[in-house]
Amino acid sequence: MRAENIHAWFGPTHALKGVTMSIVDRQVTAIIGPSGCGKSTFVRCLNRMHEVVPGARVEGKVLLDGQNIYGTRINPVRVRRHVGMVFQKPNPFPTMTIRENVLAGLRLNGQSSSDPEHVVETALKQAALWEEVKDTLGKSGSSLSGGQQQRLCIARALALEPDVLLMDEPCSALDPIATARIEELVHELSSKYTIVIVTHNMQQAARVADFTAFFYQGEIVEYGETDVIFTRPQNQRTEDYITGRFG
Amino acid sequence: MPSQNVALSLHAPRARSERVIARVLQACGWLSVLTTAGIVAVLLFEALGFFREVSVIDFLTDTEWTPLFADKHFGIWPLLSGTLLTTIIAIAVALPLGLLAAIYLSEFARPRVAGVLKPVLEMLAGVPTVVYGYFALTLVTPALQRFVPGLSGFNALSPGIVMGIMILPIIASLSEDAITAVPASLREGAYALGGTKLGAVFRVVLPSASSGIIAAVILGVSRAIGETMIVAIAAGQQPRLTADPRVPLETMTAYIVQVSLGDTPTGTLEYRTIFAVGLSLFVMTLLLNAVSHRMRARILKGGAL
Repeated sequence: MRAENIHAWFGPTHALKGVTMSIVDRQVTAIIGPSGCGKSTFVRCLNRMHEVVPGARVEGKVLLDGQNIYGTRINPVRVRRHVGMVFQKPNPFPTMTIRENVLAGLRLNGQSSSDPEHVVETALKQAALWEEVKDTLGKSGSSLSGGQQQRLCIARALALEPDVLLMDEPCSALDPIATARIEELVHELSSKYTIVIVTHNMQQAARVADFTAFFYQGEIVEYGETDVIFTRPQNQRTEDYITGRFG
Repeated sequence: MPSQNVALSLHAPRARSERVIARVLQACGWLSVLTTAGIVAVLLFEALGFFREVSVIDFLTDTEWTPLFADKHFGIWPLLSGTLLTTIIAIAVALPLGLLAAIYLSEFARPRVAGVLKPVLEMLAGVPTVVYGYFALTLVTPALQRFVPGLSGFNALSPGIVMGIMILPIIASLSEDAITAVPASLREGAYALGGTKLGAVFRVVLPSASSGIIAAVILGVSRAIGETMIVAIAAGQQPRLTADPRVPLETMTAYIVQVSLGDTPTGTLEYRTIFAVGLSLFVMTLLLNAVSHRMRARILKGGAL
């Protein structure tokens, strides 16, 4: 996946000012930066979720398997099938059971699976939630703990077998133990999926990501292998940020 | 600072005016409770007088209601069926239209369009019901007579439809509030899974708003059951146990109007019938409220209906 010269606006606010970056397949890419730097906006441009907000606008290209997802004949709804997303706050559908939550993507796409039980089990196993919920699949999704809810949301996204999984600060509403489980999961999932994770927690980026991009004021300041970014940053602002001098 | 200064400021004597205001507010609260209690007491007292002469069993099992005739029957069913039939027609009109209007206003209308449409829709609620009644009798009934064979001048269909229009704003407006209150994060979750706008609305947003929508419908039903002028004007005054919406019938409320405005002397059995009917109406709305409470509680506990 590759973003080329992405500009994004919220009404008159120019939130992203020409971001170009290639995201490596089957690796974890972290996006770090201070609040308001445009990191969440950027990932929301990668599955055309930015334009869902009234008054929001995007320019530029995002290539997925060589196809520009902002091309004229592209249906944003189809794009989101291929580029899944997990949000800051776990948002399981409260009126659905755990099982229905996992199948929600298929239902929303008007598809019926020949073997829904298999889809549910596979997705929940991939999200490391199966053992905890396999006997209570008929319970409401909101009956789970925060960390479990977030893993349910991950399972829900994985059930569609996306190419890319975007995670927008997936642990910011979770306690440290639940956070550790999600980080472990991100690591496991990277063998099969391309993952982009937004975080304001630099230790988290250092722990889970193969590549890290540092965003500041709507621009990409530095992007490279995580080790390099954290040990030998090339840019003074990156160094100031990761050493905690600002942000 | 010396500690006694703090103690002094704690003694500031402003408690009296606050106590007076609290009392006034308390009195206002109790006033509504007392009014309700007074209404219930009158209803019960007069209805008891009625049931001393007519057995409850006759009231609930007789299928004729002819208290003003020489051959008196006191079966509530003809009036009850009249009320139920007009209410069912009203809900059949108002629920789909109101819900679709709410979906359009909250999900599809541009803010400017919604800003005009919603107040206009709510204006429907301000139309006096007597106007609706004449609208039903003089416009809707003649219009319907062209399509519906055998439709009488007085019938259940026309006032039912017009009552549906009357409660449409209640259902649309309250449903819209419920739909708008569904957190944006749930919509985004649906979009992020490749859901279309319609898919998100019908699979995620509406189920999440169901408690509010049910409350809206129940409020609409209560209004329809209690509605008086439209049915008194356009449905006729012939108590009849029927499910045929084309023939004249009489609802509970219309009967109360008929007797109240007629020359039935106070204190007679005929006069007391209206309290028995009123009590029945009261019990129905009470039951509806209880049902809506239980449904809401069940939904709030988590899970769908």
